[in-house]
Amino acid sequence: MKNLIQFELFKIFSKWRTYTGFIVIGLLVVVIQLVMGVEGQNFIDAATSSMKSNFDFQGDLLNAYMINRIILQTLIVWVPFLITLVAGDMLAGEASLGTYRLLLIRPASRLQVISAKYISGIIYTFVFMVWIVLLSLGLGILSFGTGDMIVIGNSILIIPENDVFWRYMLAYGIATLSMMVVFTVAFTFSAFVQNSLGPIFTTMGLVIGFSILNVFNTGILEYINPILFTTYTNSWKLLFENPLNFNNIYLALSVLFVHIVVLLLITFTYFNKKDISS
Amino acid sequence: MNMDNQSVVKITNLVKEFKNIKAVDNLSLDIKEGVLFGFLGPNGAGKSTTIRIILSLMRSTSGKIELFGKDLSQSDRYVFSKIGALVERPDFYTYLSAIKNLEFFGKLSGADTSKKNLYKYLDLVGLAGREKDKVKTYSMGMKQRLGIAQAIIHNPDLLILDEPTNGLDPMGMKEIRELLTDLVENQGKTVFISSHILKEVESMATNVAIIDKGKTIIEGSVEELLASSIMKVTFKFENLELASQEIRTTDWNKHIETINQNSILFNLDKKQTSNLIQFFAGKSIDIYSIVPQNNLENYFIQITGGNN
Repeated sequence: MKNLIQFELFKIFSKWRTYTGFIVIGLLVVVIQLVMGVEGQNFIDAATSSMKSNFDFQGDLLNAYMINRIILQTLIVWVPFLITLVAGDMLAGEASLGTYRLLLIRPASRLQVISAKYISGIIYTFVFMVWIVLLSLGLGILSFGTGDMIVIGNSILIIPENDVFWRYMLAYGIATLSMMVVFTVAFTFSAFVQNSLGPIFTTMGLVIGFSILNVFNTGILEYINPILFTTYTNSWKLLFENPLNFNNIYLALSVLFVHIVVLLLITFTYFNKKDISS
Repeated sequence: MNMDNQSVVKITNLVKEFKNIKAVDNLSLDIKEGVLFGFLGPNGAGKSTTIRIILSLMRSTSGKIELFGKDLSQSDRYVFSKIGALVERPDFYTYLSAIKNLEFFGKLSGADTSKKNLYKYLDLVGLAGREKDKVKTYSMGMKQRLGIAQAIIHNPDLLILDEPTNGLDPMGMKEIRELLTDLVENQGKTVFISSHILKEVESMATNVAIIDKGKTIIEGSVEELLASSIMKVTFKFENLELASQEIRTTDWNKHIETINQNSILFNLDKKQTSNLIQFFAGKSIDIYSIVPQNNLENYFIQITGGNN
């Protein structure tokens, strides 16, 4: 199993498409930070202008925590598309290359092979999210420093500086889980076909379609939306409420986790019985 | 070969159906330890499907497969550490080097994957100097050589090779033939080889099975099959006209396939060949050459109707 995981990771990181996401995200984070460095104060002034008559803002609100929230909010919608590039290729890539015929005639069982692939893919997703954290939070702290965090929504919430970092870590944890669901969706589709383009585009289509459904939360969609994984893409924001709504956090975690379990059961069951004809 | 040898692969009443097509139809085979077994059949006969089922790439509809005496459906996958295989095309991770591919598949089968051993096997199959090149730069023949290397690197007891000389040049074919023969004759391995190049199988195999439409038509040693088969025998005469006249009025006439400028081509078995020579001697007809064309290809065409 260890050998399988090592080699799967080696394979993932030997392909150029793996680095597409890292490069794209890296560039976007740096661009957003540059823009915020130049225009950040104007942005904050515009965002708080309507409240300045009632509130007196003290200290520098343009800090890494505030910018990081903007980055996460902007990028988390696009990360699934980058993750599916790798996930969609995990199993379908073997079929299209014809390497199943060499891989599945070894002492390792199909369950072990597919588990190693899934674990490797999850490690990739995790590393990808760590890359986002390092760039957006790490580079942000170095460039802009820290401070109290202002969360502007229906109401204004000021989170003290010493109360922000752990919230971000947990927020990234939830965001990572929701990206793992996206990975699992593409991975499942990948088991059924022999060409990686199919699972990549199907997953992208599903993310777009479900996201559109999420916008219209009326009628029957009120019942459907809570079970769609895209509903929880922005659940990381739950960590920036005061007080924390643990019921909503647990619900998000549970729905995402159930998605992973159900999709993996489908994938394992199908793959175990699949005839390798490629 | 000792007939008491243990069965390495035993297939009993194997059936594989794809929707309405029966790709393998009640196939039974028994491959003993230490033989080079040729698995022959026309295109679409069910050879590759059978091999895929043996290697657990496909599930059978019914029937039983035993590998090294153990029921495949019930045994653990450890048995696959004793098997090396190459199924159809030699497809690898083209974005990785040959040595990395070999290391990966070797490790999965429990081989010694030290650099020294990897280089040894790549050298053995004629890939020395190209070890670190990515497989996407390899020709079909080179991939085939790498395919053989990954099949033998873990020193398996059973080798299952589907068209192992595909894409190889004549020298490469000879090298692989010698390698496989050495594995059987000097190392006691069992080799199960499917090929459409019948001359190649004939020159290597000790036993063959011929299948058609998913069924075994015949199975046995190459020697026995050829001895019992009808062969094409060309008789050349000093006086073809006289020989033709004598033959026309006898039962030998029905054995004639063609009459050429100075020769007659007969379809005969061994005994009939001997009798026909005596017949011409009795008639004082001089024969200046007899050329039997007794090979697996003729035999194969006879029993499959030549639809390869």
